Amino acid sequence: MEKVLMINYQKCTGCRLCELVCSVMHDGVSNPARSRIKVMKWESEGLYIPMSCQQCEDAPCMNVCPVKAIHRDEDLGFVTVDYDVCIGCRSCVAVCPFGAMNYNIIDKKVFKCDLCGGDPQCARFCEVKAIEYVDADRISIGIKRVAAERLSTAQRDAAALQAAM
Amino acid sequence: MALNRKIAFIDLSTGDIEVKPIPLDVRKKFLGGRGLDAYLLYNHTKKGCDPLGPDNTLMVSGGILAATCASATARTHFMAKSPLTGLLGSANMGGFFAPELAWAGFHHLVIKGKSEKPVYLRIHNGQIEIRDAAHLWGKTTTETQWAIREELGDEDIKSAVIGPAGENLVAYANVMTGIKNAAGRTGMGCVMGSKNLKAIAARGTMDIKIAHPVDALEYNKRFIDQITSAKVNQTQGSLGTPFIWGATNCWGGIRTRNFQYNQCENADDIEPERIDEICTEAMGPYHMTGCFGCQVHCRAQYKIPSGPYAGKYDEGPEYTSLGAFGGEPDCKSAETVLTGNHLVDQYGIDNLEIGSIISWAMELYELGILTSKDTEGVDLRFGNDEALIEMIHRICYRKGWLGDTLADGGIPASEKIGKNSFEYLIQVKGMNNLHSDERATPALALGIATGSRGSDHLRSRPAIDLYHLPEKILRQIYSNPVPYDGPLSSEHTAYEGKPWQVFWQENCYMGVDCLGICKYHTTFLGATLPNFEDWAKVLYYNTGIEMSPKEIWDVAERCYNIERLFNLREGMTRNDLKKGDTLNHRYFDEPCRRGAPDVIGLTIDRDKFKKMIDEYYAHHGWDENGVPTAETLKRLGLDKEPSRLL
Ligand code: SF4
Ligand code: SF4
Ligand code: SF4
Repeated sequence: MEKVLMINYQKCTGCRLCELVCSVMHDGVSNPARSRIKVMKWESEGLYIPMSCQQCEDAPCMNVCPVKAIHRDEDLGFVTVDYDVCIGCRSCVAVCPFGAMNYNIIDKKVFKCDLCGGDPQCARFCEVKAIEYVDADRISIGIKRVAAERLSTAQRDAAALQAAM
Repeated sequence: MALNRKIAFIDLSTGDIEVKPIPLDVRKKFLGGRGLDAYLLYNHTKKGCDPLGPDNTLMVSGGILAATCASATARTHFMAKSPLTGLLGSANMGGFFAPELAWAGFHHLVIKGKSEKPVYLRIHNGQIEIRDAAHLWGKTTTETQWAIREELGDEDIKSAVIGPAGENLVAYANVMTGIKNAAGRTGMGCVMGSKNLKAIAARGTMDIKIAHPVDALEYNKRFIDQITSAKVNQTQGSLGTPFIWGATNCWGGIRTRNFQYNQCENADDIEPERIDEICTEAMGPYHMTGCFGCQVHCRAQYKIPSGPYAGKYDEGPEYTSLGAFGGEPDCKSAETVLTGNHLVDQYGIDNLEIGSIISWAMELYELGILTSKDTEGVDLRFGNDEALIEMIHRICYRKGWLGDTLADGGIPASEKIGKNSFEYLIQVKGMNNLHSDERATPALALGIATGSRGSDHLRSRPAIDLYHLPEKILRQIYSNPVPYDGPLSSEHTAYEGKPWQVFWQENCYMGVDCLGICKYHTTFLGATLPNFEDWAKVLYYNTGIEMSPKEIWDVAERCYNIERLFNLREGMTRNDLKKGDTLNHRYFDEPCRRGAPDVIGLTIDRDKFKKMIDEYYAHHGWDENGVPTAETLKRLGLDKEPSRLL
């Protein structure tokens, strides 16, 4: 079964450990500018949203690439760049709707999440579980539960209202 | 590489900037952060310099592990001669500033001189620029940070800034970053204000090469598991530091009505669970946040529920805000505490100091030492929430005679107010104590009395003394990395062995402060958390420096001794009630009136206290006046100070 990163931004504390471990794991350096994941912040509202590649089915980056440098990894299903083919035109950066294709000014290369080859470090280190690595068919289960809870509260409220009338 | 991070000497009078590498032998002697700052302070200030003059030197630094793959390496340290105490000024903050400074290429800034007009420093990938700050002057701490981002067009800039309190030279103004992170103690924001330095803005994308990345990652994971499996951190991670306030208050260790009681009664509205409810209501079930790379996430997010500031977002209130605006002034409403917390964050002032000073003024007012003429109409009784909030405004803007007087700090204020006001001031070395009451805990009392920056819980507090750990466990902790076979007692009311615990904790906290790690990640509130052994490993994995746990201990001891040398040079003596290793007489004379049976009736015993100080000096290798002996200085390699290695 294919696995995906499931992000629940409400749980995120904004610590950016995911950015740190992503750059250490891939490049042996601490540098968020090299991280495949980035936590977008609205500090004056206390809102933090980690953004990473969604490994889209119909991936715009893959479609736009003029030299077909982007393909899907057969085992793990993530979208990956073949640097031997890539010409560094950055079209994929421009077209990604999530900003998940990055450009590294030091090495002059595009780079993106590769699920750390099957052991995503961001998910491993995120102790509050804002990022989890789950089977693709489980991705909506959390949202379902929250929505269902909302529904049942609404129904209870409605019933109470009716009873009171 | 962490080790190629530089030091910059910045002269605000001339505009000169000099950037230098930090030699490896200096690293091995002082590591970085607070330790190296202490060395720089001793070497770059002259005896008796005016804390608010151009000759005072302000150090800003990250630890040697800043932004590396250790754990929670977020701390920024500030050091200068303190305008509050005239002795060592030193304050430490979390957040995201130090990592950004490190990615921008720097570990240490040494700021001298004084700018003619308001300026701020922009630090970006190895470059430092002094920029005009006229448009920032007068702004609050968050307004300043957002304005800098907007001006420079980069939302990832992290700034350390002062607010109105720093501009107005309030002696205990702090430096802030983000919403809540504060380098709170000893008036480092006042020093920035005196230099017309509104902010330091950092932004960097420079690699920090990790010496052994795989090991560093794995060890970090181990660290995190160790840290998050500690019960105390799990509770902190959900209730934040208010949980400590709740537990301590229940037991009878919270100063109330300045120093009249040791427990705040009927405080339901500010109990940790109630605060948690307010946070949940405004911010949902997941409302904790934290500093860079930290998995303790001890800060809650909230919105003020009611009153004139209703709806304002802030973080906290931490342990100290509950004490400063709840227990000490005996104002037990959540609205008041959350509002007070918000105001100090925005104005940029130390919550501990301002809460403590206002409570002192309240006691003076009730005693008739201060009159309504002095307060210009403010009814400064205990429990008057409005008066508390009003005094926060007045002090930060130096409004009215009393606001202006209290803004100078406790001792100068007591000299101006006169009568016997000084006798009621709960201070050590000119800095007020936080809201905790140490009469039932000789170890904690010794810690605040001897702390190198004045009365404080983050210099040497053996907080685990309250857990009554079996002696065997205490011995495991306290006889590493140097042997100790003297007495140790599980009893918090005992005097035996406490001097050693205080000495050990001093070195432990100095250790984390040199590395740049948060104290919640070491032997502070949890007995099982990492210390010297683990630091030797993370230091090696991240920087490649090979040092034994004992060698790190030696660095800590060396640096603590430099802080002592600085204080001695500035005129501290053992028994001086304003500058010495002393306690307010009330600790000895007024028994605890509330709390658990093992607290009620207790005072600190004068003779035993004196004996503890003697013993504490002996552990240090200091003479009976608290002066390091020639032998000690030689042992620590400090016999040729100032040595100007940098
Ligand atoms: S590690 Fe988790 S909590 Fe921390 S910033 Fe990343 S997603 Fe958020
Ligand atoms: S940067 Fe490389 S991968 Fe991206 S679109 Fe251009 S050629 Fe393709
Ligand atoms: S899965 Fe790996 S590569 Fe992808 S964002 Fe997380 S740490 Fe980075």
